[in-house]
Amino acid sequence: MCLGVPGKVLSLSSDGLSALVDFFGVKRELRLDIVDEPVKPGDYVLNHVGFAIRRIPPSEVEETLALFDQILKEAGSEDLMAEDVRGEIASGKERDRA
Amino acid sequence: MPSPAEELKFRDPDKARALTEALEREVEAIGRSPVAVMHVCGSHEQAIARFGLRASFPRKLDVIMGPGCPVCVTDTPEVDEAVALAAQGARVCTYGDMLRLPGTSKSLADAQADGGKVEVVYSVSQAVDLARQRPAEQVVFFASGFETTAVATAATLLAGVPENFSVLSSHKYVPAAMDVVSEMKETNIEGFIAAGHAATITGWGIFEPFARRTGTPVVVAGFEPLDVLAAVVELVRLIRLKRPEVMNCYPRCVTKEGNRAALAKLWQVFDVVGGNWRGIARVPRGNLELKPEWDRVNARHRFRIDTAAVGGAEKNLLADQCICGSIMSGLAKPDQCKLFGKECRPESPVGACMVSSEGACKIWHVYGGHPDLKEVA
Repeated sequence: MCLGVPGKVLSLSSDGLSALVDFFGVKRELRLDIVDEPVKPGDYVLNHVGFAIRRIPPSEVEETLALFDQILKEAGSEDLMAEDVRGEIASGKERDRA
Repeated sequence: MPSPAEELKFRDPDKARALTEALEREVEAIGRSPVAVMHVCGSHEQAIARFGLRASFPRKLDVIMGPGCPVCVTDTPEVDEAVALAAQGARVCTYGDMLRLPGTSKSLADAQADGGKVEVVYSVSQAVDLARQRPAEQVVFFASGFETTAVATAATLLAGVPENFSVLSSHKYVPAAMDVVSEMKETNIEGFIAAGHAATITGWGIFEPFARRTGTPVVVAGFEPLDVLAAVVELVRLIRLKRPEVMNCYPRCVTKEGNRAALAKLWQVFDVVGGNWRGIARVPRGNLELKPEWDRVNARHRFRIDTAAVGGAEKNLLADQCICGSIMSGLAKPDQCKLFGKECRPESPVGACMVSSEGACKIWHVYGGHPDLKEVA
């Protein structure tokens, strides 16, 4: 539950309080209330329970994505890490309901 | 498809081999057995078990999962409060893992089966949305999780919530539990691996007073198999050198100060208070409760919660044999429990550690009983 999931910022809301973020092909709205630094489209952020908790420095994006990529790609039906990652992705708001 | 363990070696075999050899040398140099270290994060146990990391650990090294699962340490009376609120007609929203956590006589899943309004959400924001959609109902968010998760609850309250929304806080504060475990003489933990993403919020500096006071080194670790392995090597080296310091092995995500914006919001909303952690102990400063100025959104103040109506059932003989408390204190391993994999399974959990995807028993069960390749090979 504390694993979080990284995603790429696609756009910011007009009030700047939320962002549309792509998580391995799934697009969700994230709140930006507690992110540590300002974010802009193209940045990667770490999502935990629907909130961006950290902007991932560009030099560290690739290494961060590798683990999650691997977990989601090779996960069986009952893989706990994949289950937690999918739960974190589902924590964002679906755009049409945003 | 290679097994996860093969995959680990495949990703960077030279680095993995070098780390494994370094670990062997460091443990040998200490000259004691076992050298016991503890991590306090369910995601670390998942990584260790999933990627077969215990096979890379020397026999003389014991890497134990401590109280690193917020769901598992949520105490029975807290579940009773949520079950009582559902019985009293509130719509209770909570993270999925909380659903099957046993209360005195009922879980929230039981409350749901009884016709109670219980909803699984992935974010506190989804609970707030439900409250907005149903203004005639009382919507209570049964909030679990460590500080990483509590900051989201805090930010949500600070952003403003509808009148019919309130919070039943079961948020826990990890550093306090490390204090308690390090004081248990019988566990003899010589070093701690701190959870990477909790430290993203709090910063690694928060562990410095702990390391000095207890003489126990702390290493902050990420979740890549090689991250975990590298952190264990550093931790054992600090133990050998008798240097009670804090080392940040996860600089990709963790700074000394942490996320200041998030911490400011956390402490605007929450106080640390003493509380019982299921099966472990009373943990001074272990619970995060809403500050008095937030009483109006605190379910414990808004409602008269009648836990007597949902508790006090006949004695549960199975639960008496459960050793979750000893497991979370590092005194026993999941497969030393006689219920493990028999009466206690993920689909019918007896103890809290078999409920959550971050519970040690569920992790060991899913990844094959005793996830140590040396022993199963």
